[in-house]
Amino acid sequence: MAAHLSYGRVNLNILREAARKELREFLDKCAGSKAIVWDEYLTGPFGLIAQYSLLKEHEVEKMFTLKPGRLPAADVKNIIFFVRPKLELMDIIADNVASEDKLRTPRDFHVLFVPRRSLLCEQRLKEKGVLGSLINVDEYILDLIPYDGDLLSMESESAFRECYLENDQTSLYHTAKGLMTLQALYGTIPQIFGKGECARHVANMMLRMKREFAGCQTQILPVFDTLLLLDRNVDLLTPLATQLTYEGLIDEIYSINNGYVKLPPEKFAQKKQGEGEKDLPTEPKKLQLNSAEELYAEIRDKNFNAVGAALSKKAKIISAAFEERHNAKTVGEIKQFVSQLPHMQAARTSLANHTSVAELIKDITTSDAFFDNLTVEQEFMTGVDTDKANTYIEDCIARKDPLIKILRLVCMQSVCNNGLKQKVLDFYKREILQTYGFQHILTLNNLEKAGLLKLQTATRNNYPTIRKTLKLWMEDANEQVASHQFYVLQKAEYVPVCRPTSTGQQGENRITLVFFLGGVTYAEIAALRFLSQMEDGGTEYVIATTKLINGTSFIKSLMERLEVPP
Amino acid sequence: MAFVTASWNPLGEAFYRKIELYEMGWNLKEGLRNCQIAAAPYGGPIALLKEPQRSSPSARPQLEIYTSSGSPMASFMWKSGVVKQLGWTISDDLLCVQEDGTVLVYDLFGSFKRHFSMGNELVQSHVLEAKIFHSPYGTGIAVLSGAYRFILATNIEDIKLRRLPEVPGLQGVPSCWTVLSQDRQTKVLLATGADLYILDNTACTPVSPSGFSPQATNIIQVAGSFSYKYLALFTDSGHVWMGSANLKEKLCEVDTKMRTPPTQMAWCWRPKSQQPSVVIMWEKYLLFLALVVLNLLFGYNLDNESVLVPELDSVRIISGTHHELLQEVPVVSEEIFKIASMAPGALLLEAHKEYEKESQKADEYLREIKEQDGLGEAVKQCVEAAGYEHEPETQKMLLRAASFGKCFLSNFRPEQFVSTCRDLRVLNAVRDYTVGIPLTLQQYKQMTVQVLIDRLVYRKLYPLAIEICRYLKIPEYQGVSRVLKHWACCKVQQKEEADEVIARMVSLKLGETAGISYSDIAARAYECGRTELAIKLLEFEPRSGEQVPLLLKMKRSQLALSKAIESGDTDLVYTVVTYLKNEMNRGDFFMTLRNQPIALSLYRQFCKHQEQDTLKDLYNQDDDHQELGNFYVRASYQEGRLDTRMSCLQNAMDEYNKAKNEFNAKATEEEMRLLRFQRRLEEEKGERMVGCSLQDTLHCLLIVGLHKQAEQLYKDFRVPDKRYWWLKLNALAEKEDWEEMEKFSKTKKSPIGYLPFVDVCIKHHNKYEARKYVSKVTPEQKVKAHIAVGDLEGAAEVAIERRNEGEISLVLSHCTATTDRTIVDRLNRTRATAGKK
Repeated sequence: MAAHLSYGRVNLNILREAARKELREFLDKCAGSKAIVWDEYLTGPFGLIAQYSLLKEHEVEKMFTLKPGRLPAADVKNIIFFVRPKLELMDIIADNVASEDKLRTPRDFHVLFVPRRSLLCEQRLKEKGVLGSLINVDEYILDLIPYDGDLLSMESESAFRECYLENDQTSLYHTAKGLMTLQALYGTIPQIFGKGECARHVANMMLRMKREFAGCQTQILPVFDTLLLLDRNVDLLTPLATQLTYEGLIDEIYSINNGYVKLPPEKFAQKKQGEGEKDLPTEPKKLQLNSAEELYAEIRDKNFNAVGAALSKKAKIISAAFEERHNAKTVGEIKQFVSQLPHMQAARTSLANHTSVAELIKDITTSDAFFDNLTVEQEFMTGVDTDKANTYIEDCIARKDPLIKILRLVCMQSVCNNGLKQKVLDFYKREILQTYGFQHILTLNNLEKAGLLKLQTATRNNYPTIRKTLKLWMEDANEQVASHQFYVLQKAEYVPVCRPTSTGQQGENRITLVFFLGGVTYAEIAALRFLSQMEDGGTEYVIATTKLINGTSFIKSLMERLEVPP
Repeated sequence: MAFVTASWNPLGEAFYRKIELYEMGWNLKEGLRNCQIAAAPYGGPIALLKEPQRSSPSARPQLEIYTSSGSPMASFMWKSGVVKQLGWTISDDLLCVQEDGTVLVYDLFGSFKRHFSMGNELVQSHVLEAKIFHSPYGTGIAVLSGAYRFILATNIEDIKLRRLPEVPGLQGVPSCWTVLSQDRQTKVLLATGADLYILDNTACTPVSPSGFSPQATNIIQVAGSFSYKYLALFTDSGHVWMGSANLKEKLCEVDTKMRTPPTQMAWCWRPKSQQPSVVIMWEKYLLFLALVVLNLLFGYNLDNESVLVPELDSVRIISGTHHELLQEVPVVSEEIFKIASMAPGALLLEAHKEYEKESQKADEYLREIKEQDGLGEAVKQCVEAAGYEHEPETQKMLLRAASFGKCFLSNFRPEQFVSTCRDLRVLNAVRDYTVGIPLTLQQYKQMTVQVLIDRLVYRKLYPLAIEICRYLKIPEYQGVSRVLKHWACCKVQQKEEADEVIARMVSLKLGETAGISYSDIAARAYECGRTELAIKLLEFEPRSGEQVPLLLKMKRSQLALSKAIESGDTDLVYTVVTYLKNEMNRGDFFMTLRNQPIALSLYRQFCKHQEQDTLKDLYNQDDDHQELGNFYVRASYQEGRLDTRMSCLQNAMDEYNKAKNEFNAKATEEEMRLLRFQRRLEEEKGERMVGCSLQDTLHCLLIVGLHKQAEQLYKDFRVPDKRYWWLKLNALAEKEDWEEMEKFSKTKKSPIGYLPFVDVCIKHHNKYEARKYVSKVTPEQKVKAHIAVGDLEGAAEVAIERRNEGEISLVLSHCTATTDRTIVDRLNRTRATAGKK
């Protein structure tokens, strides 16, 4: 079921199995039938660890969403709350437990904290007078979740905001703990490099924890040679730019959540013979996206322009494979052909799906709006007129395009220009407030605090210099071959670290774990995979992050929600 | 060495042997009479509760604790209630179950640890009988109350009392009962007369053993095997039924011809051995011992009153003077030592003996083994047999023989030999009289070395424990560190020594030993009332997180806060902050936070969600006007009434001014102006707009036709021309007020050009209106405009005129080959000529 996790150089299935084992152990602790009450946020990440079947095997009969009031009726012996350690959620649990019908057969209550227990929350439960009624209060340590063969995510979307806006380093503590768990399974990583304040903090905590657990380390030969910790705020530009890889675009347009994407169903209608096409599906089509799917693994990191060619090539191969049946003459040959059928049929379904997805995306990428937007992004990155108010942005505001789109572009201009002149900055801010409403003043403040929007203080903008010296931009990129992300590595200091510098033994690749604190985009992952595949590179990369992001989700996580009162 | 077999007794397929473990070091005048006795399995300690010799009401019983070799460990007068049952936990604590249901827990040295109750009802109804048992869940207690109900606690470390269902018709004490642990459930099996019942959590089920002979009227003894897999029942007709614990499978049934009730019955069965056997003991000086197999019996006479202690692979017999082990002789020992055995191991032993005597017969024996190709097997047998022997001399003899045999083998794997030597050294050390833990190899393997070390630690045999850890190369944190921690915990309780001395001694000895938990030691010191020592010890703790709870307990909150921050664990910081908040007055609390920025920002987060007013106070204290401004803005959105909103915004503006954030101050001021305008409009015209953005307000005004007001807003708020034109254009198109749009287009030169006019008309499906503006569009955009209105010819004209490659392609991309043939040709021609140039 999770075979794709073990395809890579590092078998991440070990981590998943460890997590599953722990889950089973907890479930067995509560003997008898059970119902799980979910903190809704956790269901996605848990899906990456265990499907419902595992829960069912351990007598989980019902699942509910955590909400105030009385729990739904369920004839089970145990009620287990799976929650993040948040005070608001404790109040809901207290409410649930307190309003339990005393007349019915008593049920046992348990709380499982994810990713770890919290004294503060237990205190709150105690104050509410329900701690005593809980049979088990436990923690389920789930920090780094295996997401794909070379990818780990903590699925914590607010990490960047907490670190940079709220000075709350909880997520960094979880990161350090997660890395310690990883090291317990894969050996102690001998070298740690980092860039940025948060990276330093995480590295320090890891050193401290290592000291604290001195003696407990298992003697495992380290799988990872190097850990590279990167602060997201070292490179704020990349997530703002529109991703142009296949996977990146799927995420930009339809947003991938916990490895799944929901797509408009029209293009996926099953055309069965004789039935006609009267009933189109109305439910969105849900697709799981990971390297378990051979075709997807092949095309996910390609620039979208190269995807069409790859798909048609694949189509030819598949139909050729089906044609083989005419050549199969002997019984043995036919048997062999039949044995390959399931695989071929899966490949054909996969091809059909991705052809539909590609069509959906193409409709958007060929639109004028997409083209204009991309042109402006590229102008910013090449440094064309970045210190003036941009007409395109002005027009977008005037047309009241989605606010996040505007914020993305304005921030991008600010980052590319190393800040905006007072006049330009004030102009944009004023335009935004007048058009979208005054409530966004706090969002603008947040963006300034995070450094995405800023006033140009230095007399000179140094971005063009960096761009030129580091060749971050290529004019005639051969899109068919390389991916679009040439400006991934955009700050002088860490390029040398990220670029393969190893002088390791020939033939044996070194493995570097790159941890993006505050999120990483699919396009960046694609770029690192590209580096992994370079034959002379000598280094393979495994990527870890707090959350998979794109420009939209990134900006969204920094916005302040203020509802206009009725 | 013919005597090895001297103590063997044949029975059925196997031999049984009785090994003397110790001559008891205790001096019991009356033997084991008139006392309750409890001996822990795995060669554990023995507790005796001696009834007072004089039967005066003031006389008290004496509680004594001994090692298995009878060395005294503790002795004291029993001053609490009537003890119904003694027993040991898996961690060598003594449990004394009292008549009133209270269970007192003592350590090995007789120090009181804690007490708990088996249920309040027992104060009234009393405990009639109690049993202490061990299961995978730990040590448990089962009691039978005066109301003939069973109450069960499966794990005394985590007490959850379970009252088992009533047994129908039970009017007196059952004739016998026992606790069974099966299928992850703990059950009680009881007999009344000839009826058997199984009591589990939910029900009382009558059961009958398979193939049980009906001649009995009463089942008077029951014994479960060590692993709860098997069961033996003794009836008043003298029959013993042996079978599986679920009673479904019968192993055998034997008539002992003994009608008197036995005092004790126990299984004696080595795991994996094929021969089930049960030991039954009758009281008085004479003990008849029956090992029951296929109707075969034999007996030992014991010269003293004794108790049986069932073990995993044997039974120990403790009497007033001796301590013996009764077990089945392992097959390999039998093969080696049996008289005239020709097994390879036996031959090897002989060969070695001859070799020691420097006799050439050694070679003959060796040849014989080699001819059978059995040398490897011979060595293996000798090594294995050595493991089963108690006498170091016999062990050595066998191991030497093995070592001798090894010399003639080329590729013999040494692991078994090495590990057996190692295990035996450890076992011999703990079997020693002074330690008194008579473990067999099998028991030792089952209990693991970790547990053995724990047991040594409980006995305060620290040097031996450390030596074993080092000898077995156990990782420090599992071995030496653990021992040292216990040592230190014991050390801090020594009241006569000064704090500094102890702290220095502890740190000197423990130093940087990996995995030492100084906080545990400090906690112990604090428990003993030595706060200063605890603080001194805590300084050695590398895990700052571990220091925090204890520091808080000791009221060193400031220190706790900095340690919590150091740990990086924000939850811990929150915990300390909440604690401080309750402890200190507000001013001091704020001052403390001010010095700890990380704690402060976490507390701010907490307040943002939980206590908004405190948040304001915090910002005020820091003169953080920017944040105060933000705070008021946020507050304004939580207010329903416009007046309060306005005053919030006024506050926000003032704060932004103080923060010298001109932009925000001005924006806030504009918002207030807008709100006022909207309110006026609402009052005058009845249009609900309060809370809309300026843009939406303008749009609304234009849609409803309040052009004058729109114009006024546009001027007042200095809306850029471009945006206003877009806005008006869209609004007019939405209203489909084409006349007004045309008028508007002529008011002055459009700042957004005229292509938007075309686009907007097309968007609202009005090609006719759209065409009106095509001519006004700038040359650069004209092609697009023509295409938009569907005039390909016009588009082609312009493109050709401008000789623009890109535009030509654009037009071409909109042409269809069949209908627009002429246009396509013209465009291609132009392109070709342009190309030539």
